[in-house]
Amino acid sequence: MTGREIFSRLNKVFRDVFDDDSIVVRPDTTADDIEDWDSLEHITLISAVEKEFGMKFKMGEISSMKNVGEMAHIISSRATR
Amino acid sequence: MTELTYPFDSSYLIKKRKSLRRELLADESVRIKKKIAVFGGSTTNEIINMIELFLLDAGIEPEFYESEYAQYEQDAVFPSEELLAFKPDIVFVHTTNRNIRAFPELTDSKEAVADKLNSEFARFENIWSCIHDRFNCPIIQNNFEMPFYRLMGNKDCSDYRGRTNFITRLNALFYDHAEKTEGFYINDINYLSADYGLKEWSNPSFWNMYKYAMCFEAIPSFAFSVANIIKSIYGKNKKALALDLDNTLWGGVVGDDGVDGIEIGQENGVAQSYYEFQSYIKQLKSLGILLTVCSKNDHENAIAGLEHPEGALKPDDFIVIKANWENKDRNIAEIASELNILPESIVFVDDNPAEREIVKAQLKGVQAPVMDSVESYITTIDRSGFFEVTSFSDDDLKRNEMYKENAMRSAQQASFADYGEYLKSLEMKAVIGDFIPIYLARITQLTNKSNQFNLTTRRYTQTEMEAVCASPDHIRLYGKLIDKFGDNGVVSVVIGEKRGDTLHIDLWLMSCRVLKRDMEQAMLDTLVARCRESGIKTIRGYYYPTKKNSMVRELYGTFGFTKISEDEDGNTVWELPLEGYTNQNRYIEVTDNEQQ
Repeated sequence: MTGREIFSRLNKVFRDVFDDDSIVVRPDTTADDIEDWDSLEHITLISAVEKEFGMKFKMGEISSMKNVGEMAHIISSRATR
Repeated sequence: MTELTYPFDSSYLIKKRKSLRRELLADESVRIKKKIAVFGGSTTNEIINMIELFLLDAGIEPEFYESEYAQYEQDAVFPSEELLAFKPDIVFVHTTNRNIRAFPELTDSKEAVADKLNSEFARFENIWSCIHDRFNCPIIQNNFEMPFYRLMGNKDCSDYRGRTNFITRLNALFYDHAEKTEGFYINDINYLSADYGLKEWSNPSFWNMYKYAMCFEAIPSFAFSVANIIKSIYGKNKKALALDLDNTLWGGVVGDDGVDGIEIGQENGVAQSYYEFQSYIKQLKSLGILLTVCSKNDHENAIAGLEHPEGALKPDDFIVIKANWENKDRNIAEIASELNILPESIVFVDDNPAEREIVKAQLKGVQAPVMDSVESYITTIDRSGFFEVTSFSDDDLKRNEMYKENAMRSAQQASFADYGEYLKSLEMKAVIGDFIPIYLARITQLTNKSNQFNLTTRRYTQTEMEAVCASPDHIRLYGKLIDKFGDNGVVSVVIGEKRGDTLHIDLWLMSCRVLKRDMEQAMLDTLVARCRESGIKTIRGYYYPTKKNSMVRELYGTFGFTKISEDEDGNTVWELPLEGYTNQNRYIEVTDNEQQ
């Protein structure tokens, strides 16, 4: 899977979870860039991303990911769909 | 919406929660508003989000109070100003085995463990009694799920020091409390977690990372269960099943295969599955769910299939049998009108997806669960939560019988040219009197599910009803109607509040199954008599229109009340001076409680 594909699918998940079609995620996007992205919504987001790519994040990764780029990197190494 | 009916896709609901909520709120449907306080022993954010979705879908618009993290006991025992001002209609105590203070230690004596058990239970009893004293509202309380590991392996369940054993005994204490306490409901997370898969459910990373006491994807199932209890408390349960026959109640097509060719009974696995499903439906009947048939068949073939000697259901088990070649939505609409219930109270059970689609499209609110193969029929209906039981009265046990008797009454009516002669022939007797404890559960149930013959559609919880019962400022009447075909049970309730020499009618309802029998006139006669005894000079009645109660818009007018005001929403106020009132009931012999 190319990075482009991952980002396009991630973008769809972000738009669904935050119910905002104006969102465009980039590698350097962080929680500060998206208004509703707080610690509670983070769980929803993680759950939706895991489902989308058929993979699980490790506990340590969930709190240490700094931006969407790092998220995409983990996805690319572990995605099953 | 389909997304929110069983079997819903949990991850879809989690992902699309915001847009689903937006759509629900924009659909302009009329919803009752309820305030729900959630006292959490763990994170409750997503739990509340999901309960909200399911309730919005069921016609209830909730407003929530959410405890600060794990402040369930604080909120119950020392409620904040904010909580006191919130005045919840329901309190949901969301605790789990993560909130048990002191589990047994292996070094504990039997007595020490018994002490731990009693003090844990006493702590919860105190929480419930504080909630009761402060808010006097229904309480929903989780039981405890099994622990996610067993220190002693299998012995954990039988040894007094085992956590499995401890939780089982604590749960049993909760059930004893539930059994003897009105308005206290257990949300059975012990069953839910087993059903979901305990290992997945209690995946500890969700606790350790987010302080959720269950895995994130289990939250929709959990919330659905809580929402079902709330729906049931507010009278949103379904009342009747409309069942297809071929490939629904038996395998094969009776018209083609003949009675001997259909699959039902003990012969093979498929036949046994249909038999088990029929037995399940028969059990729903004893729960008070009305059974009807809606099948495209010649009538005699349908009856022949139902008379199959190996079947569990017989033609007699059904109140209405519509076996014809009409469209099913039309048949269901007729079934609803024959039973005097709303179409949305009917669950349509049919293996054919095309039929289900047509019925759902034509009759708003009718549920038609996906019945795709016989081995999942029972779980599909069971897990859909259509018939969640929060109260169960003797009338529920007898309901099918009562509706059958109604069918006999209709037959009798057809044989009389004059309606008055027919009413006379019914030899009706009514008991009309002040509320008595044995009927209180039924009275409350009626106030929460009567929609059509209901002037104010005011709902009462059990605790509110108890307060009305004890009040010297109210006149209360229940009416029970008996005729030569049987006992209809409690069918009418009136509650009025005395202010000066005027009685204000807070509630007037009647079950539609006794319409046009003079019962409403009999209730009024007794009400007038009671008013005169307590020096009331005038009765003031109120009609508040809803989508469902237009049948009683002019009720007070027909009684001889005078309309004194009407606002732009159609709310009307009526008055009846008691001077010169003469009794209006002509056909019912009325007695009071004492003379029973």
